[in-house]
Amino acid sequence: MEFAELIKTPRVDGVILHRPFMPTVEGTLCLTGHHLILSSRQDNAEELWLLHSNIDSIEKRFVGSLGSIIVKCKDLRVIQLDIPGMEECFNIASSVEALSTLDILSLMYPFFYRPMFEVIEDGWNSFLPEDAFKDLETMTDEWRLSDVNKDCTVCPSYPPLVAVPKDVDDDTLRKVATFRHSGRFPVLSYYHKKNGMVMMRAGQPLTGTNGRRCKEDEKLINATLRPGKRGYIIDTRTINLAQQAKARGGGFESEGYVESIKSNILQESLIKLVEASNWQTHVKEILTTACLAAQCIDREGASVLVHGTEGTDSTLQVTSLAQIILDPACRTIRGFQGLVEREWLQAGHPFHHRCAQSAFSNSKPRQEAPVFLLFLDCVWQILRQFPCSFEFSESFLVLVFDHAYASQFGTFLGNSTAERAKLSLPEKTVSLWSWVNRPQELERLTNPLYEANSLVIWPSVAPQSLLLWEGVFLRWNRSSKCLDEAYEEMVHIIEYNKELQNKVNSLRRQLAQLETEDPLLQTLE
Amino acid sequence: MEHIRLPKVENVRLLDRVSPRRSRVGTLYLTATHTIFVENEMKGPDIHVEDCLVCSVEKQAATASGCSLLVRCKNFQVLHFVVPRERECHDVHLSLQRLSQPERCEELYCFSYKPNVDEAERRQEWDFLDLKADYSRMGLPNSLWKFSPVNQHYKVSDTYPADLFVPQSATPPVIVGSSKFRSRGRFPTLSYYSKENHAAICRSSQPLSGFSARCLEDEQMLEAILRSNPRSDFMYVVDTRPKLNAIANRAAGKGYENEDNYSNIKFQFIGIENIHVMRNSQQKMLEVCELRSPSMSDFLEGLESSGWLKHIKAVLDAGIFIAKAVAEEGVSVLVHCSDGWDRTAQVCSVASVLLDPHYRTLRGLMVLIEKDWVSFGHKFSHRCNHLVGDPKEVSPAIDQFLESVWQLMEQFPCAFEFNARFLITIHSHVYSCQYGNFIGNNQRERVELRLRERTHSLWSYLWKNQTDYINPLYRPDHSQTQGLLRPSTAPYCFKSWRGLYNRFDPGMHPRQSVEDYLSAIQEETQQLEEQLASHKQVEKGYKRINSKFLLKKTQSTCSCYRGCTILSDLGLANTPQDYTGCFVTSSPCQPKAPDGSLVLLTQDSNLSNGSDQESGIADVSCRSPLSEDSTRDPDSDEAAYSAA
Repeated sequence: MEFAELIKTPRVDGVILHRPFMPTVEGTLCLTGHHLILSSRQDNAEELWLLHSNIDSIEKRFVGSLGSIIVKCKDLRVIQLDIPGMEECFNIASSVEALSTLDILSLMYPFFYRPMFEVIEDGWNSFLPEDAFKDLETMTDEWRLSDVNKDCTVCPSYPPLVAVPKDVDDDTLRKVATFRHSGRFPVLSYYHKKNGMVMMRAGQPLTGTNGRRCKEDEKLINATLRPGKRGYIIDTRTINLAQQAKARGGGFESEGYVESIKSNILQESLIKLVEASNWQTHVKEILTTACLAAQCIDREGASVLVHGTEGTDSTLQVTSLAQIILDPACRTIRGFQGLVEREWLQAGHPFHHRCAQSAFSNSKPRQEAPVFLLFLDCVWQILRQFPCSFEFSESFLVLVFDHAYASQFGTFLGNSTAERAKLSLPEKTVSLWSWVNRPQELERLTNPLYEANSLVIWPSVAPQSLLLWEGVFLRWNRSSKCLDEAYEEMVHIIEYNKELQNKVNSLRRQLAQLETEDPLLQTLE
Repeated sequence: MEHIRLPKVENVRLLDRVSPRRSRVGTLYLTATHTIFVENEMKGPDIHVEDCLVCSVEKQAATASGCSLLVRCKNFQVLHFVVPRERECHDVHLSLQRLSQPERCEELYCFSYKPNVDEAERRQEWDFLDLKADYSRMGLPNSLWKFSPVNQHYKVSDTYPADLFVPQSATPPVIVGSSKFRSRGRFPTLSYYSKENHAAICRSSQPLSGFSARCLEDEQMLEAILRSNPRSDFMYVVDTRPKLNAIANRAAGKGYENEDNYSNIKFQFIGIENIHVMRNSQQKMLEVCELRSPSMSDFLEGLESSGWLKHIKAVLDAGIFIAKAVAEEGVSVLVHCSDGWDRTAQVCSVASVLLDPHYRTLRGLMVLIEKDWVSFGHKFSHRCNHLVGDPKEVSPAIDQFLESVWQLMEQFPCAFEFNARFLITIHSHVYSCQYGNFIGNNQRERVELRLRERTHSLWSYLWKNQTDYINPLYRPDHSQTQGLLRPSTAPYCFKSWRGLYNRFDPGMHPRQSVEDYLSAIQEETQQLEEQLASHKQVEKGYKRINSKFLLKKTQSTCSCYRGCTILSDLGLANTPQDYTGCFVTSSPCQPKAPDGSLVLLTQDSNLSNGSDQESGIADVSCRSPLSEDSTRDPDSDEAAYSAA
């Protein structure tokens, strides 16, 4: 297929771009296979480069012969383009609509993008399961890396290598997989070094209405417990959903669960963001559940198994947030990348389905929900409460959000490791982490206040403590000039301090040297 | 002392507000000035509450464990005591109620507050702020505005200050005539004058216009104000009330200016609600802030329906209108409401903060409050309920002003020299009666009470402790600091001020403070600068002649620097909250775990009531140490936990 077939009018002159809090720009609008470009064709004048995959919805308006299209983006930006000429406007709108809803993965921009920067470290190889397991081996020998899923048949959404209890063999795993939703048998998510407790995650057990049991499943879970220790199972669903699931053959281990979220509710809450209350409710619930899981592990000294329905959405929110709370390593830039790789990408969060559309879309396929954004929001809430304990700043979280929805990098394409391998993403596209892990980018994303904090950080979940994430939700609707200035001022204060420290240290060294070299001083002494 | 029926009660339990299962046991002492709770075994810090700060005392029905006493304070602290015997509770209740509502001014704390300061120094405290100096900073008197002695001895208006500025052309007969046409004699007078363009903010009370009354002198007075701004051919008259309220006042012979009678005025209503609406709104908002583990929607909907932030927005909108008229149009404004001591004070002071960078400094804000609030007769004693009085006179007008400033600080983080702690401290002392500044309802009353002779001044206390109140991001030469502030008043810009209203819930606040971190860095930077200077001196010394003395001097400063580890106080001994309490409870269920050692986390009500020892998680939250004190050593905190 050729993109040219979809582009009816590739170029229109005299287009006016309106953006909130920015001066209007007049220029030439160009459509390419992947971008909508507006250029004023003047030196150092601003240009607009918008990925089609970032476009969430498009509206046309006509006043006389002047047409306007209103483009609403997945990053929540809304822009207006005034296009002279009815036909041009109509053509542009329908082309953009077609290009932005093109659902063929192999035609996405990452397959065409060629990096203009030097790749220092290939991000595709930075966070492999085998490397993570090597770290685990230094702490415990109770786990092994199983390749039972090497051809992704036991569980299509799992990576080929997963960490499981040492005493459980692959045959048992295969049996357990038949008892768990989508074959998602319990695997290791996190090992708490301090007390050796673990967090596991899985799909829901298929107990059905008659309370079917699975010996192997019980054996696997018990294998994670120390003798005489108790463990907890956290079901992230609400009671009604879990009961419905049971009637359909899914279910939960026994009649208990912890209140949590339903991802289908999430779809609406982003639309009703004006009041923000629904969204904030989910933030509070997810954070609370994650805190509870962390509390069981750290304070109760108990191991935890987390699951929802499939174990690809709210489960991952809980397990990854619990790690942010418990593990200082996850609060570094690299550690957070590893967390996203382990707990989201390799754990099979269906990014392609969930991020297909965003807040403004009219058509609502059931598959999409801002699950990952909700996770990032929760991380931001913790960051706000512990502003010195994270190596990254808010801009890193916003960057990850942007790239999860539309990107030149292949990292967030596809729904699982298996899909990514089939598309040969590591060979054909560039990883987001390859771009991020370069000195100039890292510097931009680093939190100047960071002081490594090795402690567990317990966030407050009181409504007064949870704020609207303005950096994402109001990013395009407010002037952030004063807040940016405050940030610069903060950086300036810290940098000036460092500079002085260096000066004082070097002077002190000089003086010490003078002191030893100077004979006169020695005679004085 | 005669009001204290019971000076001491032992074995009183103080319940934690957020999770009542945590409590501290100790002794409650009642004194003439303070209520003190001392914990047994000296585990936590003592709690001191000034009796004047107590807003209400509520005794609840006795239960087996004792009798509950709920003490609400004007600084938004809520103390929930459980007194073992009802008889004692009754006595404490009555004593506290009496202590918190003195009948005579002399009973207020400021008259017995005697810090270790000699008399000369005490007198200097009161000279720290000089309103005349602020007027001369504005460039007054000049050819347009003059000092007027007309209200000496408070003869024209007994609620106005003695020293006032009026237009050069306003003669005493005009002033007196105008004052007779205004409520409480509060004639139009100067509040703020802009040196740059001669535009001024004037304030007054409502005119006694009724349906048709006129007053030549009042018309002349406004004419004089207009003429004091030579570049402008009209002026605004802003009535800060909702139009309906103003119309209702006409029936009582009061009302608002008729545009036809005054030459070249533009009349404008700005709907700020009256003190009764504000009092109720704050009450509702506080109830929401006080909710025990509310859901997100409980909180947000409650906040919305209290209307509090809407009222803050109204005050700010009015301030912005006036500030823009003065700075951008160069037009003078006369502001009034009914009596001109609540809404008018709010609006004039907010406009001044927006207009003049000076009022965004520590000293400037103090002067502004002293001028627009204290000297112009905001009725602090009535509004803050310092003495037993009419509850309908109580209103949070000053709270709203301080909050408006805080909302501005959120939008302009570099524009203010002071931090939020400064505003909260002022708020606290407006109500505490520890200092004489806010006693009485106007200047005349304060003179009669001889407060300057008998009490201490808050302003010099704040000034002496200014390092606690400095905003590290403030720089006098920063672009944000200059000129008129143009805030956004989109609804999402208004936030709930947890720092004030949930001040005593430390668990709700960020566990690390960027501001404190930066302040520590700046302090260190200052030391480094000094060191650098002395090192350079030594270096010079070397070049001239090697001097051992100089070297020794620097070495000593080095060690002083090394001893200062700026980040040690940012320890993070925070503890988990009661995360289980947030879950909705449902019917209990029997855990049928595949194995005895495996327990499901259920939604069971046992989670929150702490009785189910089987589940092993029921008491997770109550085992966590009570104190969230971030200054405590993390290790000791952990140790306390494992020992428990």
